[in-house]
Amino acid sequence: MLAIVGTVPNPDFPMVTGKVTLENGDILIQGRRVTVKRGTPALLAATIKTGEALGQKEPYAYLIGDIGSGEGSQRLYQYLVKDLKQKNFNNIVFHYLQPHIGWHSRIQSVIQKMTSKPILIADAGFMYVAKMSGRSSAYDLFTPDLGELAFLADELAPHPFYTRGFLLHEENRVPDLIARAYQHGNAARYLLVKGEKDYIANKDGIQAVIDSPMEEAMEAIGGTGDTLSGIVAALISFGMELKEAATMAAQVNRLAGFYAHPSPGTQVSEIIPHIPKALEDILKEQRELIQ
Amino acid sequence: MGTFGFLKKKSEDSAENHNGDRGFLVFENTSEVIQAENLLKKKGWEIRVMGPPPEIRTGCDLVIEFPLIEELKITKTLQEAGIPPLQTVPVSSPLLKPVNLFQTKDFGKYLMVQAANMKLTVDKESLTIVNISGGGCPDVPYLAEQMVGKVLNQAPSPLEIGHTLCGYALQLAYEEMKRRCLQS
Repeated sequence: MLAIVGTVPNPDFPMVTGKVTLENGDILIQGRRVTVKRGTPALLAATIKTGEALGQKEPYAYLIGDIGSGEGSQRLYQYLVKDLKQKNFNNIVFHYLQPHIGWHSRIQSVIQKMTSKPILIADAGFMYVAKMSGRSSAYDLFTPDLGELAFLADELAPHPFYTRGFLLHEENRVPDLIARAYQHGNAARYLLVKGEKDYIANKDGIQAVIDSPMEEAMEAIGGTGDTLSGIVAALISFGMELKEAATMAAQVNRLAGFYAHPSPGTQVSEIIPHIPKALEDILKEQRELIQ
Repeated sequence: MGTFGFLKKKSEDSAENHNGDRGFLVFENTSEVIQAENLLKKKGWEIRVMGPPPEIRTGCDLVIEFPLIEELKITKTLQEAGIPPLQTVPVSSPLLKPVNLFQTKDFGKYLMVQAANMKLTVDKESLTIVNISGGGCPDVPYLAEQMVGKVLNQAPSPLEIGHTLCGYALQLAYEEMKRRCLQS
């Protein structure tokens, strides 16, 4: 089963765990409804949409309200350290959580003791803390954008805010930045770098580049990285190999964006409904290529 | 644990950067350090007073170690109390400076400004904030909810309602956008 761990931007949202469904564009968990704007709710909505198209079960989620004070994240970490011992997930996504090295270490310690190690995906705050801790290699997939890739490539920076200027993101420097992130042990087994072009890379270098369809506006739209992480998580959970899943997720996310005819003012909730058709079209294209 | 299991554990531990999420607050004098310590402890932050690393040592001074991610909220609290730090630096690398490069993208009707990992986009005509993207700390989705749809000079600033370094980066993008759009 796939588990997604993250936060919602509401300080009064209590800690809830359980299966998540989608209804009229909102996510539902334990009778609570969350509007999908960006962040973990957008990731969950994309996972559910992808899963629906593949006949997959709903993901399991750990959610809590946190607006940046870190209080919600700390309570969630505390709960996870106990609860993960009793669960048997084969894929876990860690998302918008307040970076905290001590809690990251405790969570990793629990995961290392699992008899069957789940596939670990880290995005947003949890990717930051994995890198800050020097434990990036414990993860199977990171999904940075170009700014975050520069942070991974900067062996000194504790957060993207402190990334040194000479590393700051220029599209044509992506191969160098990827190499540097691996050189200093600051990358997961695979990287899915999202940008004008999406790159799938591992320690041996760039494995795939996806650059179409090209919708320049996607860069400005908050949550399109979250949907990408949600799609790749669902594809991995479906049983795809990581590289194949990352490549297909990038294609699906771009195509869903294209179908939404986006402008920089488009909201990610307008893109998510197009995910099933985008996935269907990519799968159809693949079948035709094989025949 | 096998014969060499303890070696593996030690090597895993040493690979972990234990202070990578901490920062130092540097003050004018020791009296301010003591005042700041009292205030921040009273507010519930996990902090401690210690000697500074050689890179930022100026004499017999003291610094406060604090959770770096919460730099925005902590420095704002100290400013409001009249004891602003002279400097805030990461413990792991005290000579690092906050990002000061901005990237802009002109989409015609829209303008996007990026600072570090945060991007802010406005409609150039109405000056409405239409999107906020990037970032990974939990105040980012909250800041986006509070700011998107509002006119640039009427939106709450990340400095007022944010907490983290992502919020700080968004504040820089927001100030740069205001500089570009509101100054004639």
